Amino acid sequence: MSTLEVSPAEAPSGQRPAAVVNDFSIQVGTVNGSGSQTANTVLMRSIFQMGVPVSGKNMFPSNIAGLPTWFTIRASKHGHVARRKTIDFLVAMNPETAREDVMKLDSGAAVVYDEPLKLNELRSDLHFYPVPFDKLVGPVCPEAKLRKLVRNMIYDGVVGFLLSLDMEEMRRALVRQFGTRKAKAADLNWGAAQAGFDFASKNLTKTDPFRVERMNATAGKIIIDGNSACALGAMFAGVTVVTWYPITPSSSLVESLQVYLKKYRNDPETGKATYAVVQAEDELASIGMALGAGWAGARSMTSTSGPGISLMSEFIGLGYYAEIPTVVFDVERVGPSTGLPTRTMQGDILANALLSHGDTRHPMFFPASPEECFALTIDAFEFAEKFQTPVFMMSDLDLGMNSWMADPFPYPDKPMDRGKVLSAEDLTRLGGFGRYEDVDGDGIPYRTLPGTKHPKAAYFTRGSGHNAKGLYTEREDDYVNNVDRLARKFETMRQFVPKPEVTIHSKAKIGYVASGTSDYAVRESIEQLAEEHGTAMSYLRLKAYPFTPELIDFIRRHDRVYVVDQNRDAQWLALMRLEFDPDLITKLRSVRYYGGLPLDARTLTDEVTAQEGK
Amino acid sequence: MSTAVTPPIKKTNRIGLEVLNYKGSRTTLCAGCGHNAISERLVECFYDLGVEPTSVAKFSGIGCSSKSPAYFLGLSHGFNSVHGRMPSVATGALLANCSMLGLGVTGDGDTASIGLGQFMHLVRRNFPMIYIIENNGVYGLTKGQFSATADLGSTAKGGAPNDLPPFDCCALALKWGATFVARSFSGDKKQLQTILKAAVGHKGLAVIDVISPCVTFNDHDGSTKSYGYMKDHEFALHELDYVPFFEDISVEIPEGDVTDVRMHDGSHLRIRKLDRNFDPTDRLAALVALENAEKKGEVLTGMLYLDTGKPTFTDLLNLSEEPLATLPQSKLRPTEAVLSEVMEHLK
Repeated sequence: MSTLEVSPAEAPSGQRPAAVVNDFSIQVGTVNGSGSQTANTVLMRSIFQMGVPVSGKNMFPSNIAGLPTWFTIRASKHGHVARRKTIDFLVAMNPETAREDVMKLDSGAAVVYDEPLKLNELRSDLHFYPVPFDKLVGPVCPEAKLRKLVRNMIYDGVVGFLLSLDMEEMRRALVRQFGTRKAKAADLNWGAAQAGFDFASKNLTKTDPFRVERMNATAGKIIIDGNSACALGAMFAGVTVVTWYPITPSSSLVESLQVYLKKYRNDPETGKATYAVVQAEDELASIGMALGAGWAGARSMTSTSGPGISLMSEFIGLGYYAEIPTVVFDVERVGPSTGLPTRTMQGDILANALLSHGDTRHPMFFPASPEECFALTIDAFEFAEKFQTPVFMMSDLDLGMNSWMADPFPYPDKPMDRGKVLSAEDLTRLGGFGRYEDVDGDGIPYRTLPGTKHPKAAYFTRGSGHNAKGLYTEREDDYVNNVDRLARKFETMRQFVPKPEVTIHSKAKIGYVASGTSDYAVRESIEQLAEEHGTAMSYLRLKAYPFTPELIDFIRRHDRVYVVDQNRDAQWLALMRLEFDPDLITKLRSVRYYGGLPLDARTLTDEVTAQEGK
Repeated sequence: MSTAVTPPIKKTNRIGLEVLNYKGSRTTLCAGCGHNAISERLVECFYDLGVEPTSVAKFSGIGCSSKSPAYFLGLSHGFNSVHGRMPSVATGALLANCSMLGLGVTGDGDTASIGLGQFMHLVRRNFPMIYIIENNGVYGLTKGQFSATADLGSTAKGGAPNDLPPFDCCALALKWGATFVARSFSGDKKQLQTILKAAVGHKGLAVIDVISPCVTFNDHDGSTKSYGYMKDHEFALHELDYVPFFEDISVEIPEGDVTDVRMHDGSHLRIRKLDRNFDPTDRLAALVALENAEKKGEVLTGMLYLDTGKPTFTDLLNLSEEPLATLPQSKLRPTEAVLSEVMEHLK
């Protein structure tokens, strides 16, 4: 876990503990709607700008204002960005939860709190720092109605002093946050941060060990949330028709896409939009529009979460059977039903793999980072058109809505490939075409786009039975031939889906299989298992479904494989059971977490340790 | 194009196509079904106007009506989608390619029952397309259950009365934003064909509710959607004439009782008043007329409402005139410099 370092600057006085540098979690407990987001982002960015790897996770209620919310910043010199179970540094601003938050802390943690809450009376094994926020905010913010917001900035200043942050970095982060257009607001907030810092430096005596020191591990990095990264991917993939219905946690994906499109995708010559964004009346309509657009040749997408996926199920079956490209972003949240709308889960894996009635199979892509949100989104648009089928981009609330450190995204190096689309010239050369004919033996048919000026271009798309020519049929052989070809197409996909990332440890007898945001906890857990038990573990991170031969090889070469699922029913494992031979299946073990929080390494390590009987 | 047989010279339209080029596959609907008559009117309409078939996209939902797009315009792309959700599919497709003429064909179950929500939102957006409701008041494919347009008190084939009031799709369309609202009868050749032609020339959503009797399940005494009932209760608001943009308009308009409306494409719709005063540009008057007719058991047919000036949904989106579907990569993928700019801002 954390490395303890004795800093010569902090000469031991009494029982002062050794300094903990750049390796701790800060949690800010506030009330939602109080405007703490700016203060939290600025705090996180200040640490980031000092070159220390950070991640920020917002745990918020499904509510507009008045309920508890927590923002957790993890600083890790090792670059670990998974959620940590333990909190080292608490900023307790919410009277409702302050007591419980304090009681949950491990011994030795630090607490900055609003003085009247008298939290110091609760425990004697913590470092308490009382701050009279109301007294401090008055002089720096004459306007009473702004005080609620500005008050938060004071804790940034206090924490800045206690953690030895470079206040110049904080000022820079703040200016950046407000932009040049809101210079007045930035000044006001900077005044509050300074007031907090001044108060702390004059009145508080640092007794806790936590400190930030400048590093050089974030140079050139960006901070971005997964939804914005997907949005950028969509824009650079050349998306043209975007449909959506607001739903947490996916709304910000299209909202940020709209901002980017407006800025960068109006035709410079005509001023006209090279895209259409439609907020539909519901998810039934948004997927209907996305499929209509995909059918007509647009690069189309929709973005939603579990409840929307349930509604889209019928249309997804049509998309599969009529063979229409589109990309569906599923930013997963906790289900079933309304579930926990603001908590994270990887709970739609099984549903999406088989979504809709009849025999259906759908490809899914699983990004684990903002870089992959960007790159796999571009791949997904290519893939959808190549295979003429809906593709799921499987993100989750943790990836989509939280802030992640990332490398700048590389510009796509491959030109857009629109798949097997026949032009009027092609039709003249070929003398016609059969919409669902398997000309190339890969299961992928050719299509024409509406508007193609050729008498042989038209075909009639239907969700009812159709033969290779696209004509209505109820014949047994026609039906079987067609769905067998669809199965063949699915087999072809295995060669073209993004390959898993495989890390083989030569001494490992066991391995992890995981996807998406489980990655961070898995990598940290592998270190924990090595350090604490001397256990070596290999790791395969899935980036897509259908499965590829790499997964089979991985399972074969290990004695036991721990499949990580952020859901109760071991959905990844269930999918593997559906298609693997018994000798492989018997090697599979399940490690699951489904409490709604981002997965942490300790949960995995403890579970694997228990199952390994250590 | 079509298999050329030896002369005599075939009759062709202004773009050199024969009427055969506007037909589809053989209908599988019942003989005498009103929907077949509507398909025939569509063939004539598009042939007469000389519309390029490859520039039309047909859309439908599920039901007898929704099968019919296979039976006309065989050279046009068609999409038989899912029950009640044709409006969304058409919306997406026509946004992808706004140069296409969108033609939706749906039924009363498809539109007024399962699809009421999507229909209303299409109306609200004044989405530019033609939306034909083949309205027979029953579900044919599932053997004669009432739909939501069945009139209160009308009876099913077995005699059971319908005890819920109907949705009037024209009233809904009028109230919430469609800019072309008409009602017709599948048996009224001239009126229906004229309305269809006017709809082709309209910019905006054209909703055409066509009473189209189901000969198998809803053509008995007690039905208010039967041939017999329509014969006795249809009340035409006016007489309609259509002068397409490519024809000479010099024929003088008789004074007094004829209104001439210039359509978006330059065609003219001439509305000759019959015995009642009715102004098809007055939305409120149209709603009142529908309400009064319902009380009297009349089925008003004709142009109920026409607004040629309201912006459409694609106007609001400031959409590129070049179809989005075929824009080149140079217009769709911003440059590397743009990506660098965005990345720099996130540092």
